[in-house]
Order: sequence, then structure tokens, then C-alpha cells
Amino acid sequence: MRYGQHDVLDGIDLDVHPSEVVVLLGPNGAGKTTTIEILEGFRRPSAGTVEVLGDDPLRAGEAWRARVGVVLQSWRDHARWTPRQLLDHLGAYYAPFATDSRPRPIPTDELHAMVGLDAGAADQRIITLSGGQRRRLDVAVGIIGRPDLLFLDEPTAGFDPHAKREFHELVHRLTDLDGTTVLLTTHDLAEAEKLADRIVILAGGRIVADGSADQLAQRSRSRAEVRWTQDGQRHVHATDDATPFVRDLLAEHPFGVADLEVRRASLEDTYLELVHAHEQGAPVRPPLSLAPEVS
Amino acid sequence: MSPQLNAVRIGVRRGWHEFVIGLRSPQDQSFYLLMGVGALALMWFNRDEPMDGSTLTLPQVALPSLLAGIVVFSIVIGPAYALALEREDGTLLRSRIAPYGLHGYLVGVATLTLASLLPLLVILLGGSALLFDGAVPNDPGRWGLIGLALLLGILANLPLGFAIGSLVPRIQQVTTWGMLPIIVLAWISGVFGSMTGLWPWVQLLAQGFPMYWLGHLMRYGFLPEAAVVGELYGVWRIGPGIAVLAAWTVVGSALATPLVRRMVRRQSGAAVTQARDQAANQYVR
Repeated sequence: MRYGQHDVLDGIDLDVHPSEVVVLLGPNGAGKTTTIEILEGFRRPSAGTVEVLGDDPLRAGEAWRARVGVVLQSWRDHARWTPRQLLDHLGAYYAPFATDSRPRPIPTDELHAMVGLDAGAADQRIITLSGGQRRRLDVAVGIIGRPDLLFLDEPTAGFDPHAKREFHELVHRLTDLDGTTVLLTTHDLAEAEKLADRIVILAGGRIVADGSADQLAQRSRSRAEVRWTQDGQRHVHATDDATPFVRDLLAEHPFGVADLEVRRASLEDTYLELVHAHEQGAPVRPPLSLAPEVS
Repeated sequence: MSPQLNAVRIGVRRGWHEFVIGLRSPQDQSFYLLMGVGALALMWFNRDEPMDGSTLTLPQVALPSLLAGIVVFSIVIGPAYALALEREDGTLLRSRIAPYGLHGYLVGVATLTLASLLPLLVILLGGSALLFDGAVPNDPGRWGLIGLALLLGILANLPLGFAIGSLVPRIQQVTTWGMLPIIVLAWISGVFGSMTGLWPWVQLLAQGFPMYWLGHLMRYGFLPEAAVVGELYGVWRIGPGIAVLAAWTVVGSALATPLVRRMVRRQSGAAVTQARDQAANQYVR
């Protein structure tokens, strides 16, 4: 994918499997939104092949649209409508695409309950909703057609911790009950860790890491950090395996070691290291063909 | 029901809903009121002005022409503004995500445009019937003719609104590429007065556009046979008028479809975000 002479995505090779939750991480400008928009069929890649639910998103028809949910970052559309009116309206498009296993659309009242829009907010004009309530409405619009595949671009931006928790429960519910495949972007690493079956880190338009949160944490150069105080002096030691190190340390100094602290390498460590390495111009991976395949 | 038909029904409901929302908004209502009342006032102040070479008064001759001008104005500017505004604020994208949602959205814009004409027509026709003697015909046959002319005029101009709305890069340009041409067109098409005094080449130019022909057909519907002396070349040209409007309907639709498609293809969440950032910067400047 390129804009003019500038490649913004290069060699994205990504397979997503049914009912998997994949989280795209990466600094601003890494190509997360571009990747998602190519998969949604809103953007034409300059090269490569894309297949989502068995079809090229750009050529796929409206029946394909009915199986795909998109959570948008809304701005000021439908300002004078109420959430109930908008959801009734948009849901009606999905009715002809209902199947026995996937009744479509989700009834509006049920949707309100799922995303936590209370009765008061549901009948208020959208322009008067708070930021958090609007995001809940955005999520409701995304899942209204009971999608097989759901795209979410920074769904929890503007959510308070309580709303985030509820949203995470909703995502788990969608994948467990409906087998929905989820692809989402976020800047919140804790959220990625909590939701993702797989995390894909993008930097400078390339995939620099791909794996579960645990696998990625283990990629960090220093896997664990041991900190302690001895004779009033602070010590820090990085090690691959903290347990034998601590055992030896305590055996050697049965007294005098205080404030012992073992910190496992986190996803954050790996993330920051990878992004930093990329910014230093380190070669991360040979370019591959652009072939995200979501099935 | 087929998904396409379902989407058309949803679109009609959507347009009607937006119209009802608009009725409750003082801002939207004052627009209809101003335009309708303004046209009535223009005629009222010239109510005894006789037209050259006939026994007709100015309101009688002006009403059909003004109706034509206002119909074209609403039919072109309505969709042009809607498309330019709603693709920036994310409304279009929201609809595009649903299956056949784009079809429903476009039907909704057309429905809203047609519904918005109603208050204007009521004010103008009702007001004229009350205020001016003989301005409004009382023969059902003539009303049939007027209805047909209005229908053709709407069909011929609607694609133009969609085309302008798809072409303009920003909503501010709707004024430049939509409003101004329409006002110039209204002037050379005889909406504001007789066009017999205009240069011949301007008269010819006006006859290339649907507004002149809608006005011509409307005058034929509203005025007595003898009013023909006020027309170009002194003849009623009903067949050519219908043909020109029909041709614009076909050509306009063929022209607007790829333009709308192209515009929609360019819509994405990132495009909406960009528009939002640009709008935010404008307030800062």
C-alpha cells in the first residue's frame, strides 16, 4: 500500500482464523488504520492479494457486507437522531440476511443492554450524548448485524476503566456465543493482553512481531528483572530465569538482602524494544507480499 | 422481500424521518418560510403591474416561473449540500457499512429533498390562491399538466444535485458550484422576469438547461393560451420541452451514477477523521 512514492504498508502477511481475537498494536502512523481499511474494503491496496471471508473486500457484494461489522470513530453524524432511532434504522438493512443460526439484526433493546446504553441515553438526541455513550453507540452499530467478523479501530478510546471492563466482557461474549472473529487496534497494551488470542505489532508499515501476549513478552531481551537492596545500596539484575538467581542470591546472603522484587518482562517491554529498534532503522524482517487473509 | 426493495423502503422512511426532524427545527422552517414568503412579497408589491402586450398581471406570469426556479433550486441544492456535508461528518460511511445501506442512504436523500419541497409549494400556491385573483387555475386538467411538468422537472434536476454533491471537494464549494450557477441560470431562464430582452446567444444557452423548459411548461399550465406572446418566438413548445427534460433525466442519471460511485469509493474512516481535523483547524485559525 503506498501513497505517492511512500510505502505505508509493506509486506503485511497476516492470517486470521475464525473466532480468533487479533489485536493490532503499533505507534501512530504504523499503518494500523490503513490495514484495517484495506480489509474492510474501504481502501485499494497498491499491490498484493486480500481475502476476507472468502472474497476480495473491494469486489465483495452486499451479502458480504452483512457478515462484516465495523466500529467507526463517529464524529457528528445523525446528530438529531436518537440512538434507538438510528439502531432501528440501520438494523433493518440486515433483516433480509438473517439465517437460522444468525438471527439478524440484534433487537435494539437487547443491543442497548449489551453495550450498556441506559434507557435515558437511548432516547436522547445523539448530539447530547457523552463521549463514552457515543462510543457505546458506535460499538452497537458495529455488532447490530451479528457479524461473523468484526473490525474495531481503537474502540475504547475515551472509555473510563469501568466502561473498558464492560467492553472487554462484551468482546468475550461475542467470540464465545456467536463465534465472531475480531480484529481490533488499540494503544492500550493491557487491553491487548486481556483480549488478544494473538497480537500483531506493526511498525513503519511492517509486521515486526506476531504471537500471543506470553510469546511476545518472552521475546524481550531481558526476560526478567530482579531488584533488591543490600547494605543500603540498590541493585538491579536482568536475567533469563529469575528463580535460580534469587535462590543463589539468598543462599549467599541469608541476611542483608531487603526489598526484593522480581519483575517479569511484559508485553510493554517487548513492544517498546521493537518499536525503538525500528526507529533506529534496524532491519526487522525481509519484505513479503501483501497478503492478509482473513477466513 | 428482496434486500434491494427492503433498502428502498428503509431509505424512504429515513428521508421522511429526517424531514420530520427538520420540521421541528426553527432553523429549517425559517428557510422554507423565508423563501416562500419572499417570493410572495415580490409578487405582492408588483400585483397591479400589467405585463406588456397582455391583460395579465405580474403575479400571474411570475408565479409559474418562480415555482420552476424554486423547484430547481431545492432539487439541486438539497442533495448537493446533503452529500457534501454528510460524507464529511460520517453519515454516508455509517450507511455504507450496512448491506445495501448506500442505496437506502441515496433514496433517503432524494426522499428528503422531495418532502422538503412540500412546505414551499404549499406556501407559494396557497398564498397565491389567497392573495392574487386568477393566479392559480381551477381546472383539474391543468393541474394534471402542472403535476406532470413538476415531476419531469424534478427527475431532470435531481441527478444534477447528486453530481454536484459528489464533485465538490468541500461543502463550502457547494455555494460556488451549485448556488451561483443556479441563480445565474434562473436569471437567464426568465424566472425573475421576461427573457425576451436578453441577447440571443444567452437565450439559446438558457434553452439548453432544464430550468427554462420547466418554466415554459409551468407557464403553459398556469396561463391562458394568449400568454404565448410573452414566450420566446411566440409559440408554446410542449413536445420539445418534455423531450429536453426527459433527455436531462437520462443524461443526468448516467452522469451522476459514476460520480457518486467514485465519491463513495473514497470514503473511509480515515477520510472522515481528516475532514474532522480540517474542520477543527478552521476554528483555530
